[in-house]
Amino acid sequence: MNEDIISPENLVYEKPKLMNDTPMHYCAGCSHGVVHKLVAEVIEEMGMEEKTVGVCPVGCAVFAYRYLDIDWQEAAHGRAPAVATAIKRLWPDRLVFTYQGDGDLACIGTCETIHALNRGENIPIIFINNAIYGMTGGQMAPTTLIGQKTATCPYGRDSKIHGYPLKITELAAQLDGTCYVTRQSVETVAAIRQTKKAIRKAFEASMHGKGSSLVEVVSTCNSGWKMSPVKANEWLEEHMLEFYHKGDLKDTTGL
Amino acid sequence: MSKIKGAIVVNTDRCKGCGLCIAACPKQAIAMADKKVNVSGYPYVEPSIQADACTGCKSCAIVCPDGCITVYRKKVEE
Amino acid sequence: MKGNEAIAHAAIRCGADGFFGYPITPQSEIIETLALLKPWETTGMVVLQAESEVASINMLYGGAGAGKRVLTTSSSPGVALMQEGIAYMAGAELPGVIVNVQRGGPGLGTIQPSQADYFQATRGGGNGDYNVIVLAPNSVQEMADFVDLAFELAFRYRNPAMILSDGVIGQMMEKVVLPPIKPRRTEEQIKKECPWATFGRTADRKPNIITSLELKPEVMEQRNLAMQAKYQKIKDHEVRYEMLRCEDADYVIVAFGSAARIAEKAIEIAREEGIKVGLFRPITLWPFPEKQLTELAKKVKGMLVAEINAGQMIEDVKLAVNGAVPVEHFGRLGGIVPEPQEIVENLKKMM
Repeated sequence: MNEDIISPENLVYEKPKLMNDTPMHYCAGCSHGVVHKLVAEVIEEMGMEEKTVGVCPVGCAVFAYRYLDIDWQEAAHGRAPAVATAIKRLWPDRLVFTYQGDGDLACIGTCETIHALNRGENIPIIFINNAIYGMTGGQMAPTTLIGQKTATCPYGRDSKIHGYPLKITELAAQLDGTCYVTRQSVETVAAIRQTKKAIRKAFEASMHGKGSSLVEVVSTCNSGWKMSPVKANEWLEEHMLEFYHKGDLKDTTGL
Repeated sequence: MSKIKGAIVVNTDRCKGCGLCIAACPKQAIAMADKKVNVSGYPYVEPSIQADACTGCKSCAIVCPDGCITVYRKKVEE
Repeated sequence: MKGNEAIAHAAIRCGADGFFGYPITPQSEIIETLALLKPWETTGMVVLQAESEVASINMLYGGAGAGKRVLTTSSSPGVALMQEGIAYMAGAELPGVIVNVQRGGPGLGTIQPSQADYFQATRGGGNGDYNVIVLAPNSVQEMADFVDLAFELAFRYRNPAMILSDGVIGQMMEKVVLPPIKPRRTEEQIKKECPWATFGRTADRKPNIITSLELKPEVMEQRNLAMQAKYQKIKDHEVRYEMLRCEDADYVIVAFGSAARIAEKAIEIAREEGIKVGLFRPITLWPFPEKQLTELAKKVKGMLVAEINAGQMIEDVKLAVNGAVPVEHFGRLGGIVPEPQEIVENLKKMM
């Protein structure tokens, strides 16, 4: 029965071709893989496989270059927007994007992020916000929620000691250089489809010279949060999305 | 009468057994392989005993972070 | 024109693709001149004022990683900020040109000239085992000439190259013959010369990855060894220096950059007084002209290292001379430029 169905003419979904067979180092259930697939799908759908340069961060996505068969540059911690600025200015007909986590983008690289966005560099920035430092073992991030426990705020984030979670996406929406600022998530099929549309719009906007885009993807880090992947998705919906509201914060692309 | 039938192929060597696909499947057509691990030592998923219920909706494949699932769909006459 | 202006003109003329920098005294004329000349309308060269030196050097990383001829310029505290990015460029083996028009330190220091970044420039400056090719101009002419030379060396060896100048040379006005005009390289030329560069993976090759990261120690050691072999090759082929009136010299003043200009005058004064003294001027500070100094030490009675710092290049001179003759240091600090007469007096002290 199945043998009749499993045949090339009936194929409706497979791993994007740009994603190679190298096993990803991410923990089981990590949101990074989902977003990697979406980035690969969008590049393929735009036909930009041979004209794309990705810039990856320091953090869990440091090895993103192993998994998508495009040209990549590995930036110093937080500097991806500066690296991408130069590549895009020097190769204006290329699709140049950055892929960064919350520590990279909203903490050590805040300066580069804000200024690249404010200059209106024609680069889309993919921002994975999982409210924790995954690669270094679960420490507090600039986006860690109040009360959330991490290795460096083991009694929960306390605003009196640690300050407040940074809504950098709201900040980006205020900048004249940005054309598209959105917050999405990838915990359900519907959310993933929305995120893909957002990435597509951001990539298209950059190629149309509309300015800079920021696509925040509220994500899970089940290892860092010390939950099962399924439970982490539930926690994301209950806690993350309550503070990080989803939707387009700005869209002047006309696309 | 025609009906949509689906089928999946799991790259079990690549699967990490996170279970997100199981939670996403509306037909319980995918399940953890019983007491088995793959070459990397991870438990993995496979089509369940209810695999016949699969409609090829792609939900499992879309939520799979590791791109392990390939989906096929066909209109069949009952 | 000023040394700083010469850098700007030379960059455009030698086919640079991009400049990324942040204003800092005493070198802001470089970015100001570029902004006035608007090369983006003529050669297509990109000129961008970045938000910081940290951003500038990472823009250099991005541009160099994409196969383009890119440069940044700054002064000591700014170059200190760039060290992370320079180490990343060295680790990822990227060509790029960094100009340091030095001022006095440490810290915010002073806006007056200095040569106190010799250690920072020649010892790597950031983390890890690496070297940057360092050229030390002593005139406005060399400021102009060394831009193209630095690019050529940087691309030949896939390594950052630095022009270590200072506030004297940067601000000094002299006549200069600007280098010939070279067109910017085409996409085809870049593809051919930089097969490692990232500007879109075509179907005929694997993805190019620009990174300094490798977690397997065996692989990382091999990468490091390959870099060390490259550094040895640079040492073997790229040493540059100048000797002045050393043929009959009993003593030699060793000096680079603006200190070498002052030392030239000191030699004239000393010769008038009957002291047979010559000048040895390293032009590449890394690779350092070690062998040449070892040879020279066999013919003279002593060496005076004149620097505008507390004694930095003297360490390399002593290593080269290896105790064969006395080596003394003379320098002024805090932004004070030594007088030729002071150098002569210090020379007499060691006689």
